Amino acid sequence: METLWYALLTCVFIAYVVLDGYDFGVGILSPFVARNETERLRLRTAIGPVWTGNEVWLIAGSALLFLAFPKAFAAGFSGFYLALMIMLWLLMGRGLAFELREHGEHELWRGFWDGIFFLANLLLAFVAGLLVGNLLRGVPLEADGYFFLAWWTDFRPGAQPGLLDWFTLLTGATMVALLTLHGGSFLTMKTRGALQARTEKAVQSTLLMLTPLLLALVVAVPFVQPFFGRHYKAAPIGSVLPLLAAVALLSRRLTPVRRRPVVGFAASSLLVAALLAAAAWGTFPNLLIATTDQTHSLTSMTAAAERTGLEAGLWWVPAGLALVIVYQVWIHRLFSEPANSDASSLTPP
Amino acid sequence: MMDTALLYDRLQFAVTATFHYLFPQLTMGLALLLVYLRSRDLLSDGDHFHHVATFWTRIFALSFAFGVVTGIPLQFQFGTNWARFSEFAGGIVGQTLAMEGVFAFFLESSFLGLLLFGASRVSRGILWLATVLLFVGAWLSGYFILATNAWMQHPVAYRVTPDGRLTVESLMGLLTNPWLHWQFAHNMTAAVATGAFVMAAVCALYLLSGRHRAHAETCLRTAVPAGALASVLLITPTGHESARQVFEFQPVKGAAFEGLFRTERGADLLLIGQPNMETMTIDNPLVVPSALSLLVYNDLYAKVKGLDAFPRQDWPDHIALLYYAYHIMAGLGTLLLAVMGSALIRLWRGTLFTARRLLWLLMLSAPLPYLATTAGWMTAELGRQPWLVYGLYRTEEGLSPLVHSGNALFTLLGFLGIYLALGLLFVLLLVETLRHGPTEPDVARGD
Ligand code: HDD
Ligand code: HEM
Ligand code: HEM
Repeated sequence: METLWYALLTCVFIAYVVLDGYDFGVGILSPFVARNETERLRLRTAIGPVWTGNEVWLIAGSALLFLAFPKAFAAGFSGFYLALMIMLWLLMGRGLAFELREHGEHELWRGFWDGIFFLANLLLAFVAGLLVGNLLRGVPLEADGYFFLAWWTDFRPGAQPGLLDWFTLLTGATMVALLTLHGGSFLTMKTRGALQARTEKAVQSTLLMLTPLLLALVVAVPFVQPFFGRHYKAAPIGSVLPLLAAVALLSRRLTPVRRRPVVGFAASSLLVAALLAAAAWGTFPNLLIATTDQTHSLTSMTAAAERTGLEAGLWWVPAGLALVIVYQVWIHRLFSEPANSDASSLTPP
Repeated sequence: MMDTALLYDRLQFAVTATFHYLFPQLTMGLALLLVYLRSRDLLSDGDHFHHVATFWTRIFALSFAFGVVTGIPLQFQFGTNWARFSEFAGGIVGQTLAMEGVFAFFLESSFLGLLLFGASRVSRGILWLATVLLFVGAWLSGYFILATNAWMQHPVAYRVTPDGRLTVESLMGLLTNPWLHWQFAHNMTAAVATGAFVMAAVCALYLLSGRHRAHAETCLRTAVPAGALASVLLITPTGHESARQVFEFQPVKGAAFEGLFRTERGADLLLIGQPNMETMTIDNPLVVPSALSLLVYNDLYAKVKGLDAFPRQDWPDHIALLYYAYHIMAGLGTLLLAVMGSALIRLWRGTLFTARRLLWLLMLSAPLPYLATTAGWMTAELGRQPWLVYGLYRTEEGLSPLVHSGNALFTLLGFLGIYLALGLLFVLLLVETLRHGPTEPDVARGD
């Protein structure tokens, strides 16, 4: 039962990163690929109808974590206090920048919100990577199962690390590159002509940066977190996940995007999903790994809610999520054709 | 003396929750009115209702955007600032919060995107459907979050596990908490009042300044009856029953917000007066004799327990503030009814659109439901103190153990700064949207 919930939560968080990840990527790419107002509007209409719906995967994910593993929710959210508060403020900045830009016509107004939009998305991707890095490296859990991370200690992933060290900086940078690639792949699907060509060029250069970063991680992760290697040895079937990621990376490189943009996007989605799943496989059954003493780690068994609660949740969560998937797919399909630039007909011209 | 981490954490929750709720109350109220407008659009020929609905969808979207960005911090704060409480009560609160995410937020957020960006690609029928789903999503959000709050006010359907945490006994029990019925009815009626007062105020403004006449008349015809009905329902039965329920389940809270220091037979209802915490009396009281006993127990001579009937450590810690909050809410309730009631009478007689003084009054009344609602939440939440979960779990037990006061102060200041800017921005944008006004049929740009 606990394992089922672990898997379900992994899926929900992966869905979040795959979906909102392309919004982040579009935001990061926007100053580089959009040259004029029409093109900027095109980027907006590409993500406009779907981004709030995507963001809810994060809210639902954190609430489901609360439901299934209250202890991990409590320890994790209070321990990552500083990073999460910054993330909240960035999410606010991102959302407002998107909604408010169209409300003013002055170019300074629009330029201001474009700047916030870019910065917020960039930093959001980075903080997301930082958090993944911290989860992989482990946190200094005390005997009562709580911890608190300062921004940094000595930048080394030892027993008393901070949020930032060389390893988490690496995962942060990787996430930025990964989501840029992913957002670019989404955009090539939604654009045509010069804008599409420029986006694809940016995607290919991002690929060049991403590949060495990923290779560095493959080396670094088992070094920083020995548990990771051990779990892969014990359950080698999980190795298909990193392999799948490699295949996805390669096929993204080789897809003739102009003719098959959907395949490019599918490849980058698979890449994101497979990488995160590979990370989750390596940490299972831990939710929070202790750097202090392995016995302090919070696992899917020690952090879980009572059985009755988990069982009650299984009555409604899968049905509810299935319904969500149905209408989100419907909405994505409704807006599946390339984005035009007539923005929204509701915001003032 | 309250320790500083507790003080900052409570202040932060109070500030962020209060600020958040300024937005959903408008969206939930408008959602209902929008369903009406879109239905009229489907049933009528021509574009008039379509334009009216489009304009109000725009205002809805503005408030919604602010509601979304201010809502996420609340949910995160359960873990970040109230970790011990989350660990203790996650088995219950996690259920309702997750239901809200899965059943309500997805629905709302997904279909608002469709309404805003799809208006030109889908039929009116689909727009109507999207609005209905938006309404369902918004009201379900309200339902699930109030189920959470109702459980904290009146815990039911739980069981204590061997390791001292809580788990849910029955989901049905959680969702049909007796406390929830009146709380939901009262709170959603308040949201409709907010929506109606704001709509009426905007249209009064347009009429007074002689712009968008047709639009203004339509939305006054929508808002005034809705607002008048809501104002009545707010006082009775929903407000009255809420108060009765407080005296039944949380008698200390009731005694505190009524300013009843001593247990009395045939207790008086205090209309005006300042609680004096030193002498435990009311200064300058103006009372209706025996009315409190009558209202609570339907009996002029019934005994109502005062604060002196309860141990000191179970008293709410800000009695004077609680007392004022409650009296402000109830006082404003009367005022709202007076304003909308007279507007309804003039509408009936067909003289509302030229009654300039009344239009002025309507326009200036827009902030009142916001004040009443905020005061109402202060009543409910301050009165719940010193309990986080009433009778089960004290607020000071709920904090995160390792988030020290310096960090809490840092983020509290951050939220204060950001919310100040957000508040100004919202007003600015609202004014901008109102200045731009609805797209009138004769100047339609074909949208
Ligand atoms: C427009 C807003 C508005 C107005 C005019 C009123 N209320 Fe109210 N009231 C609310 C908006 C509200 C609210 C914001 O919706 C609250 C806060 C918590 C809740 O669920 O509803 C609330 C709570 C609330 C509570 C506290 C329940 C608790 O402790 O949990 C009581 C006793 C009343 N109300 C009673 C009244 C009475 C007797 C009123 C009129 C004479 C009245 N309210 C008018
Ligand atoms: C379901 C919804 C809500 C829940 C679960 C909730 C929960 C809480 C919690 C955990 C606290 C901090 C601990 C405490 O001081 O008691 C709090 C305090 C507070 N909340 Fe709520 N709240 C909810 C809704 C709201 C709303 C919508 C508002 C305002 C509009 C509000 C106003 C306040 C205030 C004013 C306090 C401060 C009380 C104090 O400092 O003594 N709450 N609430
Ligand atoms: C302390 C308690 C609260 C928490 C944790 C909370 C959480 C949230 C979150 C996470 C969102 C964003 C959802 C999205 O992305 O669509 C949101 C929005 C919303 N919340 Fe709250 N909320 C609280 C109090 C309330 C209350 C008391 C109500 C109403 C009774 C309410 C009604 C809504 C609505 C209708 C929205 C949609 C946005 C809007 O209409 O402005 N919330 N809330």
